[in-house]
Amino acid sequence: MKYLRLVFSNMRRSKLRTTLTVLSTALALFLFSMLRTIVTSLDASVDVTDAARVVVRRSTSLIFPLPLSYFDRLRQMDGITAVTYMNWFGGVNPADERGWSSQFAVDASTFFEMYPEYLLTPEEVAAFQQERTSCIIGERLAKQYKWKVGDNVTYRGTIYPGDWTFTVRGIFRPKSPDVDTNVLYFQWKYLDERSERKGNVGVYIVRLADPNEAAATSAAVDQVFANSAFETRTETEKAFQLGFVTMMGNVKQGVRIISIFVLAGFMLVAINTMIMAARERIREIAVLKTLGFPDDLILKLVLAESTCIALLGGFAGCIGAKLVFKLMSFGGGVFANFIVKPQTLVIGLVIAALMGLVSGIVPAISAARLRVVDALRSA
Amino acid sequence: MSLVQIQNLCKVYHRDKLEIPVLDQLNMEIDQGEFLALMGPSGSGKSTLLNLLGGIDKPTSGRLVVAGKDIATLGGGGLARWRAEHIGFIFQLYNLIPVLTAYQNVELPLLLTPLKSRARREHVLAALQLVGLADRIKHYPRQLSGGQEQRVAIARAIVSDPTLILADEPTGDLDAASAAEILTLLQRLNQEHGKTVIMVTHDPHAAERAHRVVHLDKGALSETRATGAR
Repeated sequence: MKYLRLVFSNMRRSKLRTTLTVLSTALALFLFSMLRTIVTSLDASVDVTDAARVVVRRSTSLIFPLPLSYFDRLRQMDGITAVTYMNWFGGVNPADERGWSSQFAVDASTFFEMYPEYLLTPEEVAAFQQERTSCIIGERLAKQYKWKVGDNVTYRGTIYPGDWTFTVRGIFRPKSPDVDTNVLYFQWKYLDERSERKGNVGVYIVRLADPNEAAATSAAVDQVFANSAFETRTETEKAFQLGFVTMMGNVKQGVRIISIFVLAGFMLVAINTMIMAARERIREIAVLKTLGFPDDLILKLVLAESTCIALLGGFAGCIGAKLVFKLMSFGGGVFANFIVKPQTLVIGLVIAALMGLVSGIVPAISAARLRVVDALRSA
Repeated sequence: MSLVQIQNLCKVYHRDKLEIPVLDQLNMEIDQGEFLALMGPSGSGKSTLLNLLGGIDKPTSGRLVVAGKDIATLGGGGLARWRAEHIGFIFQLYNLIPVLTAYQNVELPLLLTPLKSRARREHVLAALQLVGLADRIKHYPRQLSGGQEQRVAIARAIVSDPTLILADEPTGDLDAASAAEILTLLQRLNQEHGKTVIMVTHDPHAAERAHRVVHLDKGALSETRATGAR
């Protein structure tokens, strides 16, 4: 601890250089946090899936609907405890056409049993179920547009033409942080009533009695509807979500590679800076050695300085990313919950510390090996 | 009683394949409490001898016993510990750490000791008091005059109560008045506090403050004469 003052004093030696080094490290860790959050938010959409839920959709493509009559047939099958259905609405908020949120028309009577991860009061659920033009929205969506219970909100349909106005009857909270709350659910009956294509369901969500039987039950469902006009493809909710993620190609691998290059680039800058800083200080290091500072202590002091600078930058970058993305309510679509997770902060700080150690190791070893007489003579 | 015993001391520098002898079979003894001035032309080996005595360079051959320890036999770590315990260095260009205050500069050698913060503070204040700079503890080197910087450097050299004070042209960069102050201070350390001082100097007036003046020429002791009172 008594040497920390020496470390901090050296950090203040060239305030501009230290500030620029801290900022470059902060930028590197900001970018790292952002890139890693792309990966974690992609994973989050898969992580929140329930192993006991399977999704039934048209075998040909997700864009083709299934008949409403499948609802009762699915409910009667063995191994299935609950069924609900929904349609992707694909609307746009006319007040914010570039903004992103998801909207689904859902069966109000069965939806909440299927999705316990949405937390609402019984009064909110009842209000939603009783009013055909009502909707419930996630707290992030409510916060984004400052919507509250009782407000009328309007979306312009892109699949279902026209302006659709809903009355907010509940704002749900997520059971876990990874649950998407940038979403609006309204009554499927309202959609069906205004739609020219009656009785069309986008997907069925089925709860299984035994998640271990997912493959068998999925096969059984598809078998039931085989050779019909509306053949099905049934898969676990996780596989269904992964389908969206893989549509983007191998984004995760690409993002990881970019992260490595970003960090490596900034680390080279930090190494260069530390080497220059140590070189300017050759005489002082020689003086410390003359006073009796041993080589290993000199090495530790230089490493401590580079690590402190990198940690300062890392802290600023990681916390900055967390705050910026939180304040911006950044994200949407497959990046529904673009939240810098605590693990990302910890990994970011560990990387920052490693960057500091690596950038300091060359000048630290040089300083430790410095011959006092030569340094005093040449400096 | 001899504090320093130099026996058949040789130092040869190697530049490429060229051997440059700097000190050749040097023999000398320095008593405890002595104030010795080392004089000689440039390249005579006086700074080399000072570096060897301070343990920041190693002899090619010979024995160099300081306070009963042959420092030629010590390794890097051992030598660093020995320096911290026994040697106080004063440089011509002061060599204070510019980002540290006078207090912090003087405290540096004490960081290597097991002393607690309060004890370190007492030692530092006493050293700065001794050199007359107790009112400058928060000043950075750039805020001090050359003479004041050298006095801080002297405080740093004495703060850990070393066995031997080595001064390499301590007045070489100072005006006459400041130089006189520094020499008086070194004399006081020697006479009032019993410190053994070895000072390299080109200045005959500075050398007159010493008890003994040793001339080095071409790596060998060429003349020894006594001057200042003990």
